[in-house]
Amino acid sequence: MSVRRLAPKELQPASFAFTDENLAFAKAQIAKYPEGRQASAAIAILWRAQEQNEGWVSEAAIRAVADMLQMPYIRMLEIATFYTMFQLQPVGKKAHVQVCGTTPCRLRGAEELIEVCKHRIHHDPFHLSKDGDFSWEEVECLGACVNAPMVQVWKDTYEDLTPESFGKVLDGFATGNPPKPGPQNGRQFSAPLGGPTTLKETT
Amino acid sequence: MTKIIIDGKEIDVPPEYTLLQACEAAGAEIPRFCYHERLSIAGNCRMCLVEVKGGPKPVASCAWGVRDCRPGPKGEPPEISTRSPMVKRAREGVMEFLLINHPLDCPICDQGGECDLQDQAMGYGVDTSRFAENKRAVEDKYLGALVKTSMNRCIQCTRCVRFSAEVCGVPEMGAIGRGEDMEITTYLEQALSSELQGNLVDICPVGALTSKPYAFTARPWELGKTQSIDVMDGLGSAIRVDTRGREVMRILPRINDAVNEEWISDKARHIVDGLRTQRLDRPYVREGGKLRAASWPEAFKAIATKLGRIDGKRIGAIAGDLAAVEEMFALKELLAKLGSTNVAVQGGDSFDPKAGRASYLFNPTIAGIEQADAILIVGANPRREAAVLNARIRKRWRSGQLKVGLVGPRADLTYPYEHIGAGTDSLSDLAAGKHSFASVFKGAKNPIVLVGAGAAARHDGAAILSLAAKLALDANGVRDDWNGFAVLHDTASRVGALDIGFVGTGLTAAQMTTFGTMDVLFLLGADEVEVPEGVFTVYIGTHGDRGAHRADVILPGAAYTEKSGIYVNTEGRVQMTGRASFPPGEAREDWAIIRALSDVLGKKLPYDSLAALRAAIFKAVPHLQRLDQIAPGAIGDLKALAGKGGSLEKAPFKPPFEDFYLTNPIARASAVMAECSRLASGRVLVAAE
Repeated sequence: MSVRRLAPKELQPASFAFTDENLAFAKAQIAKYPEGRQASAAIAILWRAQEQNEGWVSEAAIRAVADMLQMPYIRMLEIATFYTMFQLQPVGKKAHVQVCGTTPCRLRGAEELIEVCKHRIHHDPFHLSKDGDFSWEEVECLGACVNAPMVQVWKDTYEDLTPESFGKVLDGFATGNPPKPGPQNGRQFSAPLGGPTTLKETT
Repeated sequence: MTKIIIDGKEIDVPPEYTLLQACEAAGAEIPRFCYHERLSIAGNCRMCLVEVKGGPKPVASCAWGVRDCRPGPKGEPPEISTRSPMVKRAREGVMEFLLINHPLDCPICDQGGECDLQDQAMGYGVDTSRFAENKRAVEDKYLGALVKTSMNRCIQCTRCVRFSAEVCGVPEMGAIGRGEDMEITTYLEQALSSELQGNLVDICPVGALTSKPYAFTARPWELGKTQSIDVMDGLGSAIRVDTRGREVMRILPRINDAVNEEWISDKARHIVDGLRTQRLDRPYVREGGKLRAASWPEAFKAIATKLGRIDGKRIGAIAGDLAAVEEMFALKELLAKLGSTNVAVQGGDSFDPKAGRASYLFNPTIAGIEQADAILIVGANPRREAAVLNARIRKRWRSGQLKVGLVGPRADLTYPYEHIGAGTDSLSDLAAGKHSFASVFKGAKNPIVLVGAGAAARHDGAAILSLAAKLALDANGVRDDWNGFAVLHDTASRVGALDIGFVGTGLTAAQMTTFGTMDVLFLLGADEVEVPEGVFTVYIGTHGDRGAHRADVILPGAAYTEKSGIYVNTEGRVQMTGRASFPPGEAREDWAIIRALSDVLGKKLPYDSLAALRAAIFKAVPHLQRLDQIAPGAIGDLKALAGKGGSLEKAPFKPPFEDFYLTNPIARASAVMAECSRLASGRVLVAAE
């Protein structure tokens, strides 16, 4: 963890407005809670704002959501800076790679994946690659330990990675044809590699 | 009541008490940082850990209720220990954690000597730290002109966050980030806008938030401390004036639950530098159109020469916002000896002392707001006119039992209200029951009609007061056990002036400042009046402000920190300021000036000491001798007031002053207040865009 700050002024868009579809979503979220408790919908709506805003939360978006929920701006800023899944800096246009760096992945070679990120994307996390298409960060356990090591890009996970297969995943995103999510070594979900090892006979 | 055993002593406490309150009731001392009596409970500093018998871990006593404790196996009361080895170890551990990231800069810290962390580290901590790594560093934040930050020192108790959200009602402070990287800040480091922000400095248990104007000027142990009363608004908040030598260094609040709880407004706290600048330190006489420094005898002679040829009826006196009862009384008697009854106080024209005390007091009392269930605010902005009182209204509103209606200009009062209208016609409609708030108000058990100074100062102020009294009576708000007619005075002098009859005996202030009515006018610190041409003006006051610029003779007086004076606050509470330092140069206490002048004029006043003067005041107005008490007004007076009626003008209500920070000569001389005013006007511009 490090101090999380909003992106510098020159990167901040001047305004933020929800699309009609997202506005309807936001209204549905607010309607879930009783009158005077609209603030409960803050995280869901801010998350939509992040999705709409190319994967990161801008200052204008924080104000827009706070205004929508009649919350003081500082309360919304607290939420945005507390939860690390809210990206405060612009992320790669094609992929923001979240590499799991927790113990099981680490033991199975997450460090090499991070090396790949450092070489192919940027030396430091949360920085855009030269073309602006990629960025990466190390995250805590994403709950796919049985398929370690793994990364998450947007809403999908790519598992059982090696530096080579991870490279192919990134290539896929670069060309606009991301590979099928899930294990990248031929495994079916978390079944044993190379077919079943037990309960093979039927009686 | 619930029985509980604390350190082997069985006591009976209400079940809704927290363990911390119960321990205090039992006489045990519990260290704390995040807990504050007047704020919500956070429970995040962990300093108040105690042992509950049977529990595996110590518990945070501030967040643990007495009714949540389980009784013993045989039904014996729960047992709490605040002195066991477990508690001692727990406190030492917490203290060590708190100090891990706290810098060792006590020698250069303004909080040094009055720091909770310092004291409690001495009392409950260990003497060494085992932490050899680097300490965390946090960037300092900009919070405006009054609060200086040193965020390395912050222990993240979040008292400031809760204070600004709960008491100020302006939720500007927040904690961004998490864990070790949590930082206290405002949204993008905007300046704070609350008029109670100075209290953040008192609330902060460490030196993270300190006073910017007071930074690096004095140590607490080298200051003389004088208990006194604030005169910046009509509340008379309890303050402590800290002086070093002759100089006032700072002003802090004292606890007075009946008036200010433990808050004071920024104006009360930060006008300190105004007490040093622009001061009148010697008499002046106008000669050939120019003011010339003079001696006391010369100044007195100039007045005597002028007065010698004047008819008493053409002499008048107007008292300013900061005048104490003593000097007003002495001046009134002097004018009486000169054959004049023309005395008035600024903004007091609509009130009639003969109508009884109830007609001009904040009758429900300030603490009484906490029993109110409906408040109708008429032509007032309590947030500007009495910020601490507004915090009390907000406190009541937060309990969910208060409805607020407003007749007057819309403003952010920090709590929601029903806006009924801007002018007197809305008030008449309300009296006729034509507005939905009328039924709310009628149905309330303890309603309050709060009439602001802005409304009372109008030409039709008396009619407005009468209508307001009628509203209170109609809603059954004036009974033996409740008097809901409340006048919110914005100045410290007015109620005292009304009590001693410094109003309403001769001409009003408006008449006296009309061209051609007066030949000689005494201004007792009155700076908000326009004196017409051709009037010989004697200004008795402290600052080279508007009044002094217009004056023909200036007699330098003492500011409220330099004299012991009686002030009566808006609820009628008699209070006395303490003398913390001395007037500068040749300036003297105001009553003594008037006494000396009377001698020169050959109308010697019969008191040679403050005690003798006070004896005369007490003889004339006996209730003034009962300090810190309220002589309540009679209900019958309000009935008479309501019956008076009068014609109302259509004009909308206006606030009594435009700029909260610059209402009196001391504040106008203060550079800090000027900076606050500049920041505030900047905010208004942004809001208007």
